[in-house]
Amino acid sequence: MLKATAITHRFGAVKVLDHADLFLAPGQIAGLVGPSGTGKSTLGRILAGHLAPLSGHIEADGAPVGFGPGRPCPVQYAPQASELSIDPRWRVGRILENGGAPDQGMLEALGIRPEWRDRFPRELSGGELARVSLARLVLPTTRYLICDEITAPLDALSAEDMMTALRALARRGMGILVISHNYGFLRRHADLVMQLQHGKFAPAGIA
Amino acid sequence: MLEIEDLCVRFRRHRAPMLTVLEHLDLAAPSGAVTGLCGASGAGKSLIAAAIAGTLPRNAEATGRITVGGKIPAPQTVALAPQGLDALDPLARIGTQLARFARLGGTSVDAPDLLSRLGLAPRVLDAWPHELSGGMARRACLATALATSARWLIADEPTSGLDAASADRIMALMADLAAEGYGIIVISHDLPRLSSVSRTVTVLEAGRPVETAPGKAFSGDGAALAHPFSRRLWQAQEVGASC
Repeated sequence: MLKATAITHRFGAVKVLDHADLFLAPGQIAGLVGPSGTGKSTLGRILAGHLAPLSGHIEADGAPVGFGPGRPCPVQYAPQASELSIDPRWRVGRILENGGAPDQGMLEALGIRPEWRDRFPRELSGGELARVSLARLVLPTTRYLICDEITAPLDALSAEDMMTALRALARRGMGILVISHNYGFLRRHADLVMQLQHGKFAPAGIA
Repeated sequence: MLEIEDLCVRFRRHRAPMLTVLEHLDLAAPSGAVTGLCGASGAGKSLIAAAIAGTLPRNAEATGRITVGGKIPAPQTVALAPQGLDALDPLARIGTQLARFARLGGTSVDAPDLLSRLGLAPRVLDAWPHELSGGMARRACLATALATSARWLIADEPTSGLDAASADRIMALMADLAAEGYGIIVISHDLPRLSSVSRTVTVLEAGRPVETAPGKAFSGDGAALAHPFSRRLWQAQEVGASC
């Protein structure tokens, strides 16, 4: 279980998270909705250890979330703007192997073609790069995956394929949090949908 | 009228054969209307935008003809709001960036007014790009293109990552600008919103245009669409949802 308890974070005078609690079970796909600028991405970065909250506690399967050389974080965060999270001078093959050998099944499920490996990020489309950015996070050590608007740069058919790939990961026991503005899409694909309101989580309806 | 005739884009590659990514595209976009482009991920939509704006990667080779009013477009004729948020300068406040784009367009900008049309508060002018959420940065990116006052605008995925109300506002703005006489080309995966404001929508699959249909053909079960891929793409949409 990924447990985030009493998370508080603010940017200047703006409090984005206010003693928020979130639990994500292994094998569960949870959706998170909320208007633009309410702190959804901030939460994702906090859960994966990219950002330290002002206060609160995060643990994955009973241990505090942490990482170090050769020890990737069990919680991985797939960012909204994949173009800002890759080195534009690396070829796609190297990007995919950033954290270790990529999961072959995931590459196939996401439609990542072997010939992309020799290309530079600029030679992929926005949607193709989003899929590469996601695939490199599926490591043997990854227990929880935070997906921040990763279907936004995809056409509807590719978005469905991506959710099928995420569902397969969930069946293997991975807990997945999908952040999206598309409530209807989350209702169809997630086991439950939450919303972020006034710095706290509330159910947005049971799918 | 912005016209594209037989546009092909290929990438030169190191010790590898040329890679053809876009083939035989024809497109006619009248001013005073929104022209939509949609299609599968990787179909070449953003390359069309880059070819029009002259921002193709250095190893890309484009052939074909792009004209505005029958002539090769002069600099500052077409403004591009690109899909990638890396288009924003990470080392400049949003207000500074808007002023810079206005200067490049040979004009000045009422920045607070421009931001309010996009649903952004005036305080965004003092913000650095990293302080904005994805949805706010997306709209700031669109603002930089609008600040140039160019008569032609290409918006690449302007509603990606926006909540429903913001996405509605942005698409309505595209329609309003067209009604004011601007020529607008919108690339989007959000087919329900795109087709509702577009006069025509061109559908691309794997580097080739498969169909150009009137916006209103994207309705019901898509029976008015001629190509099976267009119908599948339409039927996979979450009608009434956000993007």
